[in-house]
Amino acid sequence: MMFNSRNIIIGLIIFVGIFTFPFVLSAGKANEAPKLSLDTPVINELGTEECLLDTEYMRSNHMQLLADWKVEVVRNGNRVFVNDEGREFNMSLQNTCLECHSNKEEFCDACHTYAEVDPNCWDCHVAPEVVK
Amino acid sequence: MNINRRKFLKVGGVLALGLSIAPVSGVLAGVKGKYMPNSKALTGKNWAMVIDMKKLDQDIDACITACHKEHNVPDIGNKKEEVKWAWTDKYGHLFHDNKHEYMNEEMEHKDFLALCNHCENPACVRVCPTQATFKSKDGIVMMDYHRCIGCRYCMAGCPYGARSFNFKDPRPFIEETNPAYPTRTKGVVEKCNFCVERLAKGLIPACAEASKNGGILFGDLEDPNSEVRKILDTQFTVQRRPSLGTKPKVFYIL
Repeated sequence: MMFNSRNIIIGLIIFVGIFTFPFVLSAGKANEAPKLSLDTPVINELGTEECLLDTEYMRSNHMQLLADWKVEVVRNGNRVFVNDEGREFNMSLQNTCLECHSNKEEFCDACHTYAEVDPNCWDCHVAPEVVK
Repeated sequence: MNINRRKFLKVGGVLALGLSIAPVSGVLAGVKGKYMPNSKALTGKNWAMVIDMKKLDQDIDACITACHKEHNVPDIGNKKEEVKWAWTDKYGHLFHDNKHEYMNEEMEHKDFLALCNHCENPACVRVCPTQATFKSKDGIVMMDYHRCIGCRYCMAGCPYGARSFNFKDPRPFIEETNPAYPTRTKGVVEKCNFCVERLAKGLIPACAEASKNGGILFGDLEDPNSEVRKILDTQFTVQRRPSLGTKPKVFYIL
């Protein structure tokens, strides 16, 4: 036996309705993944779309790489990164990463905005569009 | 297949162990590439500077401008919130241990160049609670702005006034941003870094480069043949407030 069953059941239906309506509304509609643009003058000139490490690694670990670079440059005075192929890079977000990826808005920001992360790199590091 | 309780636990245990170490392999494999110093870098064990005021006289402003342009130092235009890496001050402020009331007028009113002394025994490093400020292995008192929490203990600790706090976003106050060097942000302390980024490229500090008559000499204190040591060996030089025991490494010929 259930007391007030009518009210409870109506209440439950309304509750479930309110809490599931965002899911119901967007059911079947996949949010489009961000598209990163590699269309910059420097990358086009390179002829290859190869970063200093493979894309998969860079995509998931670039933040750790940058943090490690900061420690190496600032604390240990090592400014050159040698990748697995033996190519050398100056470890600098501003002078190396952004030299190729000069389109911060279509590259960095595209993913960061999608994932709603707000890294504070650009509070200090000068992104290309600041310089005009 | 017949599986008894004992076998099940054994296999299950091994699987669980495997699952728990699996992420570690990712971490171990995560260290990619190698790090090394730039081969063109100037190397020294203990960098120091000699400022020869007799030769520098005309170039002081050029030196300060060169430094501030290179490092995106803002011109706040307000003494209270001013940000500076190199600046000028009078004898009475810089060398007040040796000031007396019968001083030569010219000396008393002359502008002297001042900057971070990159002390051998830096008070700022001792008081920094986050180790944002530290002494590098080549004797430069450096800052890791990522770690600075803006507590300003270092400013209280530094007896030379060499540190400035960013009370506001410095970017609007930078006339022309050098795209090769970062700016700072609101809430961090900043100071001269002995142009560590230029040394890494094989260049001498910007101020030393801007002093055309050799008014600023830069070199390694540990190297007896360095320009700095030669001057220190042959001429009378003074430091700012040596009585404090901080052992400044910016020497003056007055």
